[in-house]
Amino acid sequence: MSVLEAKGLVKRFGGFLATNDVSIGFAQGARHALIGPNGAGKTTLVNLLTGVLRPDVGTILLEGRDVTGLPPHERVRLGLVRTFQINQLFSGLTPLESILLAIAQRIDRKGDRWRPVARDDEAIREAVELLTRLDLESVMTRPTATLAYGKRRLLEVALALACRPRVLLLDEPAAGVPHGERDEILNAIALLPREVTVVLIEHDMDLVFRFAERISVLVNGALLMEGTPAEVAASRKVREVYLGESLDG
Amino acid sequence: MSRTGFLGGIASAPAEAAGTQAEAKIWLGRAARVGWPEILFWLLPVLAFFLLPDRLPLMSEIAILSLFALSLDLILGYAGIVSLGHAAFFGLGAYTAGLLARHGWSEPLSGLALATAAAGLLGFLSSFLVLRGSDLTRLMVTLGVAMVLAELANKMAWLTGGADGLVGMEVGPILGLFEFDIFGRTGFVYATVVLFLLFCVARYLVHTVFGLTLRGIKGNRLRMEAIGAPVSRNLIAVYTLAAAYAGAAGALLAQTTQFVSLDVLEFHRSAEVLLVLIIGGTGYLYGGLVGAVLFRVAQDWLTGFTQQYWLFWLGLILVVLVLVSREGLKGLFDLARRRLQRGAGP
Repeated sequence: MSVLEAKGLVKRFGGFLATNDVSIGFAQGARHALIGPNGAGKTTLVNLLTGVLRPDVGTILLEGRDVTGLPPHERVRLGLVRTFQINQLFSGLTPLESILLAIAQRIDRKGDRWRPVARDDEAIREAVELLTRLDLESVMTRPTATLAYGKRRLLEVALALACRPRVLLLDEPAAGVPHGERDEILNAIALLPREVTVVLIEHDMDLVFRFAERISVLVNGALLMEGTPAEVAASRKVREVYLGESLDG
Repeated sequence: MSRTGFLGGIASAPAEAAGTQAEAKIWLGRAARVGWPEILFWLLPVLAFFLLPDRLPLMSEIAILSLFALSLDLILGYAGIVSLGHAAFFGLGAYTAGLLARHGWSEPLSGLALATAAAGLLGFLSSFLVLRGSDLTRLMVTLGVAMVLAELANKMAWLTGGADGLVGMEVGPILGLFEFDIFGRTGFVYATVVLFLLFCVARYLVHTVFGLTLRGIKGNRLRMEAIGAPVSRNLIAVYTLAAAYAGAAGALLAQTTQFVSLDVLEFHRSAEVLLVLIIGGTGYLYGGLVGAVLFRVAQDWLTGFTQQYWLFWLGLILVVLVLVSREGLKGLFDLARRRLQRGAGP
């Protein structure tokens, strides 16, 4: 059974059909990649799934529950968490404060909101653990705006992990990161508990084939095919419309 | 940060983690700790009380303006909500306290509490107008609310006294003990103590999870939603709180001067408090206080030697200040501190 499922999603922007009757499901614990050429509608699909955009037609089910009408923050609370292709960080806060903030939103016990941040030992322990796991502990008290790009990219992922996702949508997590530093980000994802469903939206085929056990190909807003990496790599259709020669490389 | 246990490194991994955790806790606690500059700052009003006994009415005015600016800092400095109509709450507080005292409710503390609550209620109701939208729409909406209120007060002259102002207030002694005197001693102590108490509450709040949440919303609203934060609920809370603070400031003005005029709701009040806060710097709570002291003292001094042109000089000082430091005086302090540290360093 799918943890996250979309049925017949349609989204138009004026005359442009950005999402054309997409039905897609992500199994529990899946390592699922979503690929497609520029303008295929990958980010629109992510925005529909997370609630940033409302679909014109279709429904979205999270663990069997219809969440089509829920605002983004309530979907996050149900375990549907995303990262952004372009960093969306709290530039005025430090990484430590940012992670504590995310943890606090997740826990959100009544009365906790009125407690000093420095007093919550349990949240601080969890934050430091997470920061250490992503190799951010050495810069945790520096303003985020002053961090190197690679570190900020890691923080982007760390913020999502602090929400303890059940389904994690990673929108090009390695975008702009030099090849040598990509492993840090991939490792952080590889360390996730197996039961977490991970959906990777990515351009970099090398990354996709290292990570994914299942791949969906999106073209012109519609689903072209879905299958194992081997099936996708062997598909003539996929080669023709999208991949060209790069699969061999 | 590596710490070696007495078994030489065997236990070093957990010890290191514990060390980092302690470090994190200390770093977080440092921001909330009370430092000596703060203690010195709060000794200033005590000194002023004894050293400048004939300037106490001016000092009360500074305390009230400080509280008003502090309330604006809560929404602008912490939550990033710009307002050009903060006088709406100040004025409502002033008129509530004034009308109570005018109609026989002379006990000042309960009058202050009711005025604060009335302004808070208006803040709660109007907060829904500033939840969405850009800075520009917020400027218009806040300005609009204040204009509506000012016009209402003008038209309802039977209640407010209209352009003649609200006269005939009777304010009783505080706690039944301290009469308001003509030298403004009681008024000054009253305004300063209320400012201090409300400041302490605000200072506590900004270091809680709620305060951190506000800074997060100011920093990146989109990401706040993506980490599951109910942004609207927090904005409603802080807007209500700030409105209540502004109402308290207005009530203090009404009670200490025993007079309310339409002036408390006018646009120049909203503009002035914004100016004061920008002079002092936003987002560290003291900006409004420092700004209020400077603004009023500069005004007092400039009108002393150039009666007609003081606004010219004030404007000039403001332009120069903003050119030198975009963050107002806070920026200047930071700059000076960095220079000093560099000078003291190797």
